[in-house]
Amino acid sequence: MNVSELCTLIEARNQTETVPMDKEVLCGYVCDLLSWVMAHGEEGMAWVTVQTHLNVIAVAALADMACVILPEGITMEQDVLEKANAEGMCVLSSGLTAYEICGRLSAQGIPAHG
Amino acid sequence: MEELFSISYPVAAADYASAGKASTDIKRRLKQLGVGGDVLRRVAVASYEVELNLVIHSQGGELTLKIFPDAAQLISADVGPGIPDLEMAMREGYSTANDEARSLGFGAGMGLPNMKRNADEFDITSAPGQGTTITMLFRLQQ
Repeated sequence: MNVSELCTLIEARNQTETVPMDKEVLCGYVCDLLSWVMAHGEEGMAWVTVQTHLNVIAVAALADMACVILPEGITMEQDVLEKANAEGMCVLSSGLTAYEICGRLSAQGIPAHG
Repeated sequence: MEELFSISYPVAAADYASAGKASTDIKRRLKQLGVGGDVLRRVAVASYEVELNLVIHSQGGELTLKIFPDAAQLISADVGPGIPDLEMAMREGYSTANDEARSLGFGAGMGLPNMKRNADEFDITSAPGQGTTITMLFRLQQ
Protein backbone atom coordinates (compact mmCIF):
# COMPACT_ATOMS: atom_id res chain seq x y z
CA MET A 1 0.00 0.00 0.00
CA ASN A 2 1.34 3.44 -0.83
CA VAL A 3 0.63 6.75 0.94
CA SER A 4 -2.06 7.71 -1.55
CA GLU A 5 -3.98 4.47 -0.97
CA LEU A 6 -3.50 4.89 2.79
CA CYS A 7 -4.94 8.41 2.54
CA THR A 8 -8.12 7.00 0.99
CA LEU A 9 -8.29 4.15 3.52
CA ILE A 10 -8.31 6.46 6.53
CA GLU A 11 -10.46 9.15 4.86
CA ALA A 12 -7.65 11.66 5.26
CA ARG A 13 -6.81 14.93 3.63
CA ASN A 14 -3.28 15.42 2.30
CA GLN A 15 -1.78 18.52 3.93
CA THR A 16 1.42 18.52 1.89
CA GLU A 17 0.46 19.27 -1.70
CA THR A 18 3.92 19.18 -3.24
CA VAL A 19 5.00 15.84 -1.75
CA PRO A 20 4.47 12.77 -3.96
CA MET A 21 2.21 10.16 -2.37
CA ASP A 22 3.82 7.13 -3.93
CA LYS A 23 6.00 6.05 -1.00
CA GLU A 24 5.32 2.49 0.13
CA VAL A 25 3.91 2.09 3.65
CA LEU A 26 5.87 -0.74 5.28
CA CYS A 27 4.63 -0.50 8.87
CA GLY A 28 2.50 1.53 11.27
CA TYR A 29 3.11 3.19 14.62
CA VAL A 30 1.32 5.45 17.08
CA CYS A 31 3.16 7.50 19.72
CA ASP A 32 3.35 11.11 20.88
CA LEU A 33 6.64 10.90 22.74
CA LEU A 34 9.21 12.00 20.18
CA SER A 35 12.13 10.54 22.13
CA TRP A 36 10.41 7.19 21.97
CA VAL A 37 9.70 7.51 18.26
CA MET A 38 13.36 8.35 17.59
CA ALA A 39 14.31 5.05 19.19
CA HIS A 40 11.68 2.98 17.39
CA GLY A 41 11.06 4.76 14.08
CA GLU A 42 11.56 2.70 10.94
CA GLU A 43 11.83 3.24 7.22
CA GLY A 44 8.45 3.34 5.49
CA MET A 45 6.56 3.87 8.75
CA ALA A 46 3.14 5.53 8.86
CA TRP A 47 3.32 7.42 12.16
CA VAL A 48 0.14 8.55 13.94
CA THR A 49 0.65 11.44 16.38
CA VAL A 50 -1.19 14.40 17.88
CA GLN A 51 2.07 16.38 18.06
CA THR A 52 2.15 19.10 15.41
CA HIS A 53 5.38 21.05 15.92
CA LEU A 54 8.45 21.34 13.68
CA ASN A 55 10.39 18.54 15.34
CA VAL A 56 7.78 15.98 14.21
CA ILE A 57 8.86 16.54 10.61
CA ALA A 58 12.55 16.25 11.49
CA VAL A 59 12.00 12.95 13.31
CA ALA A 60 9.91 11.49 10.48
CA ALA A 61 12.33 12.62 7.75
CA LEU A 62 15.48 11.45 9.53
CA ALA A 63 13.97 8.00 10.05
CA ASP A 64 12.87 7.81 6.36
CA MET A 65 9.23 7.35 7.31
CA ALA A 66 6.48 7.13 4.69
CA CYS A 67 4.16 9.72 6.24
CA VAL A 68 2.86 11.43 9.37
CA ILE A 69 -0.85 10.96 10.21
CA LEU A 70 -2.71 13.46 12.38
CA PRO A 71 -5.90 11.99 13.93
CA GLU A 72 -9.21 13.60 14.94
CA GLY A 73 -9.05 16.39 12.38
CA ILE A 74 -5.88 17.91 13.80
CA THR A 75 -3.89 20.07 11.38
CA MET A 76 -0.40 21.57 11.33
CA GLU A 77 0.56 25.23 11.20
CA GLN A 78 1.70 26.60 7.85
CA ASP A 79 5.38 26.91 8.85
CA VAL A 80 5.44 23.23 9.84
CA LEU A 81 3.80 22.22 6.56
CA GLU A 82 6.36 24.27 4.65
CA LYS A 83 9.10 22.28 6.34
CA ALA A 84 7.26 19.04 5.56
CA ASN A 85 7.03 20.03 1.89
CA ALA A 86 10.72 20.97 1.87
CA GLU A 87 11.70 17.65 3.48
CA GLY A 88 9.40 15.64 1.21
CA MET A 89 7.45 14.29 4.18
CA CYS A 90 3.77 13.65 3.53
CA VAL A 91 1.36 14.79 6.26
CA LEU A 92 -2.18 13.39 6.31
CA SER A 93 -5.01 14.71 8.48
CA SER A 94 -7.84 12.27 9.25
CA GLY A 95 -11.10 12.76 11.13
CA LEU A 96 -10.75 9.28 12.62
CA THR A 97 -9.24 8.66 16.04
CA ALA A 98 -5.72 7.20 16.34
CA TYR A 99 -7.36 3.94 17.44
CA GLU A 100 -9.58 3.78 14.37
CA ILE A 101 -6.68 4.67 12.05
CA CYS A 102 -4.51 1.90 13.48
CA GLY A 103 -7.43 -0.51 13.28
CA ARG A 104 -7.87 0.12 9.58
CA LEU A 105 -4.13 -0.16 8.88
CA SER A 106 -3.93 -3.41 10.79
CA ALA A 107 -7.00 -4.84 9.03
CA GLN A 108 -5.26 -4.16 5.71
CA GLY A 109 -2.21 -6.15 6.85
CA ILE A 110 0.15 -3.25 7.65
CA PRO A 111 2.50 -4.73 10.29
CA ALA A 112 4.09 -3.11 13.36
CA HIS A 113 7.55 -3.56 11.90
CA GLY A 114 8.70 -3.30 8.28
CA MET B 1 42.88 7.18 9.47
CA GLU B 2 43.00 9.86 6.82
CA GLU B 3 40.32 12.50 7.28
CA LEU B 4 38.59 13.29 3.98
CA PHE B 5 36.13 15.92 5.06
CA SER B 6 34.97 17.77 8.15
CA ILE B 7 32.17 20.21 8.89
CA SER B 8 30.97 21.78 12.15
CA TYR B 9 27.53 23.10 13.06
CA PRO B 10 26.96 25.46 15.99
CA VAL B 11 23.92 24.40 18.06
CA ALA B 12 22.23 26.97 20.32
CA ALA B 13 20.72 26.13 23.70
CA ALA B 14 16.90 25.95 23.82
CA ASP B 15 16.51 26.67 20.08
CA TYR B 16 13.83 24.06 19.41
CA ALA B 17 12.75 25.66 16.14
CA SER B 18 16.17 24.98 14.59
CA ALA B 19 16.67 21.56 16.16
CA GLY B 20 17.33 19.04 13.42
CA LYS B 21 18.93 21.43 10.92
CA ALA B 22 22.44 20.08 11.50
CA SER B 23 21.25 16.46 11.40
CA THR B 24 19.30 17.05 8.20
CA ASP B 25 22.38 18.56 6.55
CA ILE B 26 24.58 15.72 7.80
CA LYS B 27 22.17 13.17 6.34
CA ARG B 28 22.08 15.05 3.01
CA ARG B 29 25.87 15.21 2.78
CA LEU B 30 26.29 11.51 3.58
CA LYS B 31 23.68 10.67 0.96
CA GLN B 32 25.67 12.68 -1.59
CA LEU B 33 28.72 10.63 -0.67
CA GLY B 34 26.81 7.46 -1.51
CA VAL B 35 26.09 6.39 2.07
CA GLY B 36 22.65 4.79 2.33
CA GLY B 37 20.45 2.21 3.98
CA ASP B 38 20.95 1.14 7.55
CA VAL B 39 24.15 3.14 8.17
CA LEU B 40 22.64 6.37 6.91
CA ARG B 41 19.58 5.93 9.12
CA ARG B 42 21.69 5.12 12.17
CA VAL B 43 23.86 8.22 11.67
CA ALA B 44 20.73 10.34 11.11
CA VAL B 45 19.04 9.11 14.30
CA ALA B 46 22.18 9.44 16.43
CA SER B 47 23.00 12.90 15.09
CA TYR B 48 19.46 14.11 15.75
CA GLU B 49 19.54 12.71 19.29
CA VAL B 50 22.85 14.38 20.06
CA GLU B 51 21.76 17.64 18.41
CA LEU B 52 18.61 17.63 20.55
CA ASN B 53 20.66 16.94 23.65
CA LEU B 54 22.66 20.08 22.90
CA VAL B 55 19.41 22.06 22.52
CA ILE B 56 17.73 20.60 25.62
CA HIS B 57 20.60 20.18 28.08
CA SER B 58 23.63 22.25 27.09
CA GLN B 59 24.49 25.92 27.28
CA GLY B 60 25.37 25.71 23.60
CA GLY B 61 27.83 23.65 21.67
CA GLU B 62 28.97 22.31 18.35
CA LEU B 63 28.26 19.19 16.34
CA THR B 64 31.01 18.03 13.99
CA LEU B 65 30.89 15.46 11.20
CA LYS B 66 34.16 13.90 10.05
CA ILE B 67 34.39 11.59 7.09
CA PHE B 68 37.12 8.97 6.76
CA PRO B 69 37.56 6.45 3.93
CA ASP B 70 35.74 3.73 5.85
CA ALA B 71 33.88 5.56 8.61
CA ALA B 72 31.87 8.61 9.64
CA GLN B 73 32.44 10.24 13.00
CA LEU B 74 30.13 12.53 14.95
CA ILE B 75 31.55 14.69 17.72
CA SER B 76 29.33 16.75 20.01
CA ALA B 77 31.13 19.20 22.28
CA ASP B 78 29.37 21.69 24.54
CA VAL B 79 30.41 24.39 26.97
CA GLY B 80 28.49 23.03 29.94
CA PRO B 81 26.97 22.45 32.40
CA GLY B 82 28.31 18.88 32.42
CA ILE B 83 26.65 15.68 33.63
CA PRO B 84 26.96 14.93 37.38
CA ASP B 85 26.16 11.21 37.13
CA LEU B 86 27.08 9.62 33.81
CA GLU B 87 25.92 6.17 34.85
CA MET B 88 22.41 7.46 35.59
CA ALA B 89 22.38 9.55 32.39
CA MET B 90 23.09 6.46 30.31
CA ARG B 91 20.16 4.61 31.89
CA GLU B 92 17.07 4.29 29.69
CA GLY B 93 14.15 6.25 31.15
CA TYR B 94 16.27 8.65 33.24
CA SER B 95 15.99 12.28 32.16
CA THR B 96 16.65 15.73 33.55
CA ALA B 97 14.84 17.51 30.71
CA ASN B 98 12.79 20.58 31.65
CA ASP B 99 9.05 21.13 31.14
CA GLU B 100 9.51 22.86 27.78
CA ALA B 101 11.34 19.86 26.35
CA ARG B 102 8.79 17.46 27.82
CA SER B 103 5.85 19.42 26.43
CA LEU B 104 7.28 18.84 22.93
CA GLY B 105 7.50 15.10 23.53
CA PHE B 106 11.17 14.93 24.47
CA GLY B 107 12.79 13.99 27.74
CA ALA B 108 11.87 10.31 27.87
CA GLY B 109 15.42 9.40 28.81
CA MET B 110 16.05 7.63 25.53
CA GLY B 111 18.66 9.91 23.93
CA LEU B 112 22.02 8.66 25.17
CA PRO B 113 21.06 4.93 25.12
CA ASN B 114 19.67 5.39 21.61
CA MET B 115 22.93 7.01 20.43
CA LYS B 116 24.93 4.15 21.91
CA ARG B 117 22.65 1.60 20.26
CA ASN B 118 22.97 3.20 16.83
CA ALA B 119 26.71 3.93 16.81
CA ASP B 120 29.38 1.28 16.21
CA GLU B 121 31.57 3.01 18.80
CA PHE B 122 30.33 5.42 21.49
CA ASP B 123 32.30 7.47 23.96
CA ILE B 124 31.18 10.15 26.43
CA THR B 125 33.21 12.30 28.77
CA SER B 126 31.71 14.87 31.11
CA ALA B 127 32.16 16.59 34.43
CA PRO B 128 30.01 19.12 36.31
CA GLY B 129 31.13 22.67 35.63
CA GLN B 130 32.79 21.55 32.44
CA GLY B 131 31.48 20.54 29.06
CA THR B 132 30.32 17.20 27.74
CA THR B 133 31.93 15.55 24.72
CA ILE B 134 30.31 12.67 22.87
CA THR B 135 32.15 10.86 20.10
CA MET B 136 30.43 8.31 17.86
CA LEU B 137 31.89 6.25 15.05
CA PHE B 138 29.92 4.58 12.26
CA ARG B 139 31.60 2.07 9.96
CA LEU B 140 30.60 2.71 6.37
CA GLN B 141 31.50 -0.74 5.05
CA GLN B 142 29.99 -3.59 6.99
